[in-house]
Amino acid sequence: MIRMKMMVTKIGSKLILVVGITALLTIGIFSYFNIRSHSSSLLAEVEQGANQLSETVIHSTRYDMLLNQRDRINKIINTIGEQPSIRTVRVINKSGAIIYSSHQDDIGRMVDKNEESCYACHAANKPLERLPIKGRTRIFRPVPASPRVLGIISPIYNEESCWQADCHAHQKSQTVLGVLDITISLEEVDKQIQKSEMEIIIFAITAVIALSFIISFFVRRWVVKPVNELLNATNQVGVGNLNYTIKDRRKDELGMLARSFNNMTLKLSEARMQLFQSDKMASLGRLAAGVAHEINNPLTGVLTYSSFLLKRTENNSELQEDLKVIVRETKRSREIVKSLLDFARQSVPKKNEASINEIIDRSISVIENQLTINHIKLNKNLNTNLPTITVDANQMQQVFINLIVNAADAIGISGGTISISTALISLSPYGITHIKKAICPKRHDLIDNEYKIDGMPSIKLKIISSLGEDIVHFDPVYGRNHHLSKINELKGDAKVVCPLCSCSLMEENLKCPQCGSQVFSIEIPSQGKFEACTSRSCGWQRWDAVDNEGKREYIEIKLSDSGCGIAKEDLARIFEPFYSTKGQKGTGLGLSVIWGIIDNHNGTIKVESEINKGTTFTIHLPLKQVR
Amino acid sequence: MNKQFDILAIDDEQVIIDAINKICSSEGYRVDSSIDAKDALEKLSKNSYKIIVCDIMMPDIDGFEFLEEIVKRKISSPVIMTTGYSTVENSVKSLYNGAIDFIPKPFTADEILNSVIRGMRYSDVQNKIISSPNQQDDSTIIYVPCPAKYFRLGYSSWAAEENTGTILIGVTDLFLKIIESIEELELYKLDEEIVQGNQCATLKSKDNLVHNILSPVTGRIIERNEEILNDVNIIEKDPYFEGWLYRIIPSESEYELKQLIPCSSDRF
Repeated sequence: MIRMKMMVTKIGSKLILVVGITALLTIGIFSYFNIRSHSSSLLAEVEQGANQLSETVIHSTRYDMLLNQRDRINKIINTIGEQPSIRTVRVINKSGAIIYSSHQDDIGRMVDKNEESCYACHAANKPLERLPIKGRTRIFRPVPASPRVLGIISPIYNEESCWQADCHAHQKSQTVLGVLDITISLEEVDKQIQKSEMEIIIFAITAVIALSFIISFFVRRWVVKPVNELLNATNQVGVGNLNYTIKDRRKDELGMLARSFNNMTLKLSEARMQLFQSDKMASLGRLAAGVAHEINNPLTGVLTYSSFLLKRTENNSELQEDLKVIVRETKRSREIVKSLLDFARQSVPKKNEASINEIIDRSISVIENQLTINHIKLNKNLNTNLPTITVDANQMQQVFINLIVNAADAIGISGGTISISTALISLSPYGITHIKKAICPKRHDLIDNEYKIDGMPSIKLKIISSLGEDIVHFDPVYGRNHHLSKINELKGDAKVVCPLCSCSLMEENLKCPQCGSQVFSIEIPSQGKFEACTSRSCGWQRWDAVDNEGKREYIEIKLSDSGCGIAKEDLARIFEPFYSTKGQKGTGLGLSVIWGIIDNHNGTIKVESEINKGTTFTIHLPLKQVR
Repeated sequence: MNKQFDILAIDDEQVIIDAINKICSSEGYRVDSSIDAKDALEKLSKNSYKIIVCDIMMPDIDGFEFLEEIVKRKISSPVIMTTGYSTVENSVKSLYNGAIDFIPKPFTADEILNSVIRGMRYSDVQNKIISSPNQQDDSTIIYVPCPAKYFRLGYSSWAAEENTGTILIGVTDLFLKIIESIEELELYKLDEEIVQGNQCATLKSKDNLVHNILSPVTGRIIERNEEILNDVNIIEKDPYFEGWLYRIIPSESEYELKQLIPCSSDRF
């Protein structure tokens, strides 16, 4: 019972039920009318046949009638009456007596005018003389359980030859001399109708069943399976597995739902990662605060007693020397605890004017000891004329500490070099500006968070040509051409369109000023239009809104190490969350958090690496924030 | 009243009470101590102390609640706050709530001693003002309260907003009266960052004591008063106008000024 109820509440079963009922209704109505018209046309045919037969009988007996050769007439009528489908053939005269009949017993019997066969004409007081064919036929069952019978009455009209015949049986004044009554058994016709009824019912049932099976197959394939997959995925996310992705790549609405679900879980996992990170920092802060309080009390004991002793032993120079060391080192401990507190206290992000060099120095001081232990030499080449920049100093410190720790991990315990340099550079927007938003003319979002190019969500475009369709993941950095695409060159009739609505992005009136190929354009919300050449080998791009702003000044921070390097296949993914090359040692969060912080400052971070030679991270921070 | 004390030291760590006791006793002060604020309040109801040295992080009643209670009970003894969790917030909050000084732990013997000596003098000055409100005699110290539009951090430094968005920073007259006479002044360099509640200048008085000035606001120094470096007496003559220390570009003046005591509240 519950199972039944569940079956009915399922979308698939509901759909099948509705489709089945609809099919049953339409096929039923269709069959009803079909059977009706079929049987009426069959009857009409029989009627027509009967009428023709009547006419034939009348005409073929006519001559014998005139000659009054009753034997011949009887013979003809008997012969006709012997045909299997014909039940009776009777000729009834004016007074109602059967004068000829295929059944010999009937001859001479009087027919009641109220009998069914007479009723049509004799219903009115005066008998009708002319009747249409419909009125002359009747369908009846002689005995209730017997097969149906069709009867047709054909009046025999008085004609000149009749009243002039030698027998003088008829007067001129008579219109109708008698009637020919033929009854035909409808058994065969009824059988035929019944047979076609059966056929249609069987057809209807098979059609409904087949339709249900087909519908259920496709419903299962198109609805039930993806919905179950989505359900499974939501359950997975529900229990906290945010890494679960739906592998469904179909193009219908459920496929879109699956993709947007994947995107949502990705965003969720990023948000959770950030939350996790800030939570980690908060608990580290609480821990540091607790430790600071606990350590500062005993440190106070050491510092007060030693400094007091220093005051009291002013004339004992030997003791003074030793005490000064204690005081100095205790003061150093005090500074270390203070910087630990400063580092931990960064729950609220604050952007202030700050010197990048100072932040780097502070970061180095936090981990200097660790570097010395691992025999790592640190080369600093900081440009002393750097202007201050508006940044969150604590977040930046986190970036540098993370990068230096990563570099130290890459070098290992055998020793090596880490170099940090800062410089003021000025760059044109070409080749570095990140396109963060892009839409098609119908305002569909073109940014694809699933495919990232160097850590940045790509721009998804569709190419339609005579060779077919293909998706291109377009590099979101203005002027750089690290696109991901199967096709290398667009030729002739190829068109760039929106992957969602397929509306054209082509600029019909524009040709690439470098190679003459066709040009397409993308709208960048509130930053004008971005144009690009369709030829990949040309790679021409133009973005007036950004170009017009001219060159911008950046602080460049380069951090290189002589470590083990990063493999090429890993390089593209190192900024992804949870991606770690350190195995069990790291969480895989560091670089993604760094990327987030730099991105938050509208900066960029790039990585170059060579196995066994080292890695270089290059950070560009804009001096002035635009928009 | 059984025994006369000068200082009441409150800390949940015995070693710190011992240290304060030792250092201050060497200078001839009589030190009483409490291991928690509750015991201290009991002692305060029996005895009077010239100054109180109190820790912030303590079980049950913490330093801030203790400060509130002192104000409620109208105990005039000045309070010096110390804490192992030495944040800007703690420092500024202590001074806002009525403490006269804030010493982050760990401190040296000189740091606590200088603060205690200043506290003693502060106590003296206050007593003189209270005991002789109307009559003028030689012992009366007249100090100039800071102008109404100024803001002060405790009683030590002031900040004044300028029309250009910059902020002037200086030392209050009361602080100068307490340290008596300046021998030497040490300022920070141009372009350096100073942080609210943290040290921003050092004064050395004629008795060779070193006094740290805490900055009332955070910002970058864009101008120093070079004239006072030539002649420190200018500060004493006109601490609120000619005797300013720095002109700074503040980073968060709107928020930080709210943490300071408006000088207009000093008028009565």
